[in-house]
Amino acid sequence: MRKYRIFDVGQNSSYFNDESGTNFDNKAIINKVANKCYLPANAVLLENIKTHPDFKVSFSISGTALEQFEKTAPEVIDSFKALVDTGNVEILSETYYHSLSSIYNKEEFNRQVLLHRKKIRELFGVTPTIFRNTELIYSNEIAKMAEEMGYRGILAEGADHILGWRSPAFVYKPTGTNNIKLLLKHYRLSDDIAFRFSQRSWTGWPLTAPKFANWVSSHNGAGETINLFMDYETFGEHQWEDTGIFDFLKHLPDEILRNPDNNFATPSEVIDRYEVKSDLDVPNYISWADTERDLSAWLSNDLQKEAIKAVYALGEDIVHIDDLELLEDWRKLQTSDHFYYMCTKFWNDGDVHKYFSPYESPYEAFIAYMNVIQDMRLRLEAAKKKQEHNVQLHRVKPLRFSDF
Amino acid sequence: MVSSRSPSVLMFGWEFPPFNSGGLGVACEGLSKALSASGVDLTFVLPLKVPISASWCKFVFASEASEFVDETQITKLFSGYENINISASEAKKYGLPGSISGSLMQRVQAYALKAGSIAKQNKHSIIHAHDWLTYLAGIAAKKVSGQPLVVHVHATEFDRSGSDNVNKEIFNIELEGFRQADKIVTVSGWTKKKVVEKYGIPPEKVKVVYNGIDFKENSSSIEDNLKALKRDGNKIVLFVGRITLQKGPDYFVAMAEKVLAHEPKTYFVVSGSGDMEEKMIRSVAKKGLSSRFIFCGFLRGQELDRVYKAADIFVMPSVSEPFGLVPLEAMISDVPVLVSKESGVSEIISSALKSHFWDIDDMADKVVSVLRHQKLQGYLSKNGKEEVKAIHWKKAADSLISVYNSLDNAFSMFLLPSSPAFEGAKVSHL
Repeated sequence: MRKYRIFDVGQNSSYFNDESGTNFDNKAIINKVANKCYLPANAVLLENIKTHPDFKVSFSISGTALEQFEKTAPEVIDSFKALVDTGNVEILSETYYHSLSSIYNKEEFNRQVLLHRKKIRELFGVTPTIFRNTELIYSNEIAKMAEEMGYRGILAEGADHILGWRSPAFVYKPTGTNNIKLLLKHYRLSDDIAFRFSQRSWTGWPLTAPKFANWVSSHNGAGETINLFMDYETFGEHQWEDTGIFDFLKHLPDEILRNPDNNFATPSEVIDRYEVKSDLDVPNYISWADTERDLSAWLSNDLQKEAIKAVYALGEDIVHIDDLELLEDWRKLQTSDHFYYMCTKFWNDGDVHKYFSPYESPYEAFIAYMNVIQDMRLRLEAAKKKQEHNVQLHRVKPLRFSDF
Repeated sequence: MVSSRSPSVLMFGWEFPPFNSGGLGVACEGLSKALSASGVDLTFVLPLKVPISASWCKFVFASEASEFVDETQITKLFSGYENINISASEAKKYGLPGSISGSLMQRVQAYALKAGSIAKQNKHSIIHAHDWLTYLAGIAAKKVSGQPLVVHVHATEFDRSGSDNVNKEIFNIELEGFRQADKIVTVSGWTKKKVVEKYGIPPEKVKVVYNGIDFKENSSSIEDNLKALKRDGNKIVLFVGRITLQKGPDYFVAMAEKVLAHEPKTYFVVSGSGDMEEKMIRSVAKKGLSSRFIFCGFLRGQELDRVYKAADIFVMPSVSEPFGLVPLEAMISDVPVLVSKESGVSEIISSALKSHFWDIDDMADKVVSVLRHQKLQGYLSKNGKEEVKAIHWKKAADSLISVYNSLDNAFSMFLLPSSPAFEGAKVSHL
């Protein structure tokens, strides 16, 4: 979202377009990450599948990201299609807008998951059966919601405070559900690649494929599945090409499969193959973010709470108004990143929040967001008046409640 | 270099509270007090004899004229911001010796003439001179004692007069001070950049030591007239500072016009005086905003505290601000602040809003947002106040001691290995 100012309110409603070439320019960013990460990484994976027909991988891609690629870098979509067509790649479900709706608005959550499902079917011709929520946000309640929507499996962070002495290397059952299984991210091994790969101060540096394969193999006998889950931009964007990350990715299948006890599997294959080890009770929300692994990255300060309250308050009326553009903008405003940028937890330390934020401070993020909300309110009022007017004129004009 | 002499500092200042016209005196008071509290033996030199009540260090006056009666006259006389000519008859009237009459430049030179004998009479291992007004005195002292010289840059001529109006004479004194100094201290990275770029000084010669502030709870009651305005639902946007080019008063007015277009129930309160005051008032009138501006003249102490209490946001649109103590005062009074990025203070506060001084739209956007969103105002107010607690003179003094120590390692006795200054000494700012 661009630096939307008070002067823009009521004057223009283009919140997301910016052609400045800066960190607000979505097109420029998409082009950059497509070339640095998505295209080269997809090429390596496709090659891996060709040389190792047993190599498996799965993706969770938001509808927003897919849309941006379609618009700016369609070759990225093609490269994902090629991967899915091999049959070795599973696509997971998530909310279309990478939102926090699972916490705030269950109906909206359902709609966004269905929208995403539809988009995946359209682009890739497959229907996902495994769900992963935004930022791995998870609780018993969310597992139940996914179960109700027909999913067989769900992903969550293998956070220490929920596992205790238990291992993330088994399949679990979410407390209060019957037909859905839980896969846990092995955060140590995942973060070895995602965060520590190029960290010279780390004892594991330099991380090579044989070394990593050894670590994985050392779990044999004490686990059934190692779920590696990471931001795809680890490959080429967070870890640049010159760190050797693509070579690592290229040689990983080779090294893992060198041990005959190892194999690769997609989440649904894991779920089919292994029995539930036990119930896992997660009454409070967890996520994969920051050291706290809770919701504090998006919802810890008053600014974040105020902003999210404001956007979901709009929803009560917006879903009953026949204005698809307004509805779409509202949904884009739900993307969790907006609230992430308002986080003040680590701002002083120049932490990851700062790295990822296009704004100079959390306050600027809040100000731009609330200006947009103000404009949305004006649009909503205008749309309501128009609709009331039409209803009065025609009395019988049917209202549309959703767009699918 | 091991020194057998006991570490001590001879410090040359120009003004000292309550006889000060600006931040220079406040900084000298804060630094000398904190240095003394850390055990540093300090002699503070002033050009004229004034009744100083500070008890933490020894004071020496370059001119032993009889004490003054008229405080405002003294304050004006000391001002490094105004070039006041004092006629011989005036000097006589105030009981001043003939040597201190004349232009500011003449008084600066008169001060330097006395510095040598002061250096001879007062034992010291470091000479420390504050701003160009005292550089010549510092250089003269160094010539006599041969001890290392630290010059402390609270502002450069470029900050005071803007790039087009630089006084060549002052510039040359500054340049000479920077060259003769063994170490240069600036009050911010912003000022360091000026010293490096405009004066061609190698960056490794310059250390940044941020100013501090005495954290004193503002428990004043809100000013009555402003209270009445607020009761009627009006918001208060506050400007405090000299009304001079450097402080960006014209940008404040332009911003006010934009804010009023969106938040008409806003008053803009201006505290301060200066050579652009009339121009500012005229421009407010020309834009038809007179009914929305309150000019209250130069306020200090409790009067100012009561105005802070009324403010919803404080704005400092300075074109060039070497440090900028005033926003910190506002933050102590629970007021959210918007400061220009062209200020030193913006480098050390994070619970604050920042804009370029010329970006009127950005400033107006931020001010309106604070006026509209209580959560934002509350957040900045609460966290800003907390933040200021960590910006104290002790921290500045510790950094200074590590600068002294780099010139005379007898000062290491004041540097505890665990002290933040020890850490600070290792981290180079900017």
